[in-house]
Amino acid sequence: MKPAPFAYAVASSVDEAIHTLQQYGPDARPLAGGQSLIPAMNMRLARPAYLVDINRVAELSYIRETRDGLAIGALTRHRQVERSEVVQRANPLLQEAARQIGHFQIRTRGTIGGSLAHNDPSAEYVVVARLLEAELVATGPGGQRVIPARDFFVGYLATTLAPDELITEVRIPRLNGKGAAFVKLARRHGDFAMISAAATMELNPDGTIKDARVALGNVGGGIPYLAAIDMTGQSPTPDLLADIALGIASNVQPDPDGTVDVSYKKHLAGVVARRAMETALARAKGEI
Amino acid sequence: MSAEVTTRQRISVTVNGVTHERDVDVRRLLADFLRYDLGLTGTHVGCEQGVCGACTVLLDGEAVRSCITMAVQADGCSITTIEGLAPGPGELHPIQQAFWEHHGLQCGFCTPGFVISAYAFLQDNPRPSRDEIREALSGNLCRCTGYKNIVDAVEAAAEAMAATARTGD
Repeated sequence: MKPAPFAYAVASSVDEAIHTLQQYGPDARPLAGGQSLIPAMNMRLARPAYLVDINRVAELSYIRETRDGLAIGALTRHRQVERSEVVQRANPLLQEAARQIGHFQIRTRGTIGGSLAHNDPSAEYVVVARLLEAELVATGPGGQRVIPARDFFVGYLATTLAPDELITEVRIPRLNGKGAAFVKLARRHGDFAMISAAATMELNPDGTIKDARVALGNVGGGIPYLAAIDMTGQSPTPDLLADIALGIASNVQPDPDGTVDVSYKKHLAGVVARRAMETALARAKGEI
Repeated sequence: MSAEVTTRQRISVTVNGVTHERDVDVRRLLADFLRYDLGLTGTHVGCEQGVCGACTVLLDGEAVRSCITMAVQADGCSITTIEGLAPGPGELHPIQQAFWEHHGLQCGFCTPGFVISAYAFLQDNPRPSRDEIREALSGNLCRCTGYKNIVDAVEAAAEAMAATARTGD
């Protein structure tokens, strides 16, 4: 239960990190918060030959409000997101998700860039990034590229990030008056999610739905699931939300993962989707 | 330019106010560094995968799992372990005192992690509700006590610390 031998380098800048990753190739891994990587190394599930520690790259740690929303440096810890008044103002959904990541002793180390790059199917930020169409800024030897969340997650623990690229910034649109909610089901508080859902709800002045979106996590394929739903112009009654949730439950195709039965997970997909929509709706109405 | 790659590194870490310089393997876990290299065996190692919380220490004031942090990552940092909480020899920190008075431990293996977690939590939230205490302690596992006395202890410690803060003692 100790890591296999590896060689270690401390990067002092993004450039230095990328050059080092490039020099040592796919056997080198960036070390951010390490809250998934080091347990995997302790269990010898991961044996990177080189670790490039980016924890001292100060330029990667910031939370900025922009015209469109938030620009968050990849090394920003979950705890910083959780405590940030800027995030609370611009995107409380992100904060609601951050608070549910592991326990606070994990959140003091874990980073937003690390969580997205790891793409654990049960990860909280992954679902929010997909729901809100976040953009990920990846920096590599050839410079920067901006990857929309829909193109970033490709399978279990897999993304379109190249081995010598780092996520350097995460851009998350502001909620702009939409109600939003993140709901997670786990056997115990702080556990990995069996399943999770995030929803946004935007209403017209007459109370009908202007726009509604739902995304789910850990429902198959290792990628966040964006529900293909259209409730535009309809009245957001409990029956409508329940019907939409049932539709989602019948559409998702969860993979067997050794935790709960697939049919039960389909049922849970409907439950979390409905709860997320109900809470998002109540928030859109200003009821809570 | 690439960063320098090494398998062994000299680090300087201030633990409980004392600065230590040591050569360590880069794969040395912070928990093992504290226990084996510095002899501070109060930090316990349970699961070695960041789940049980027994190894929790303060790294630059924030509670972290020392079993999933490398010692080299603490280079230049300040660490507080369970040995560093009490104000002096033969004395107890109010949280330790409350654990004693409320029987917040049985075998004691998980206790250092609980006390450090409670310390970090009470810095953030000096007057917590019982539910907030339970949530804050949910990342620490105890196999003996059933948690009730631990929650009682942290609740009492919060009151004692708030009373001290009021009187300025």
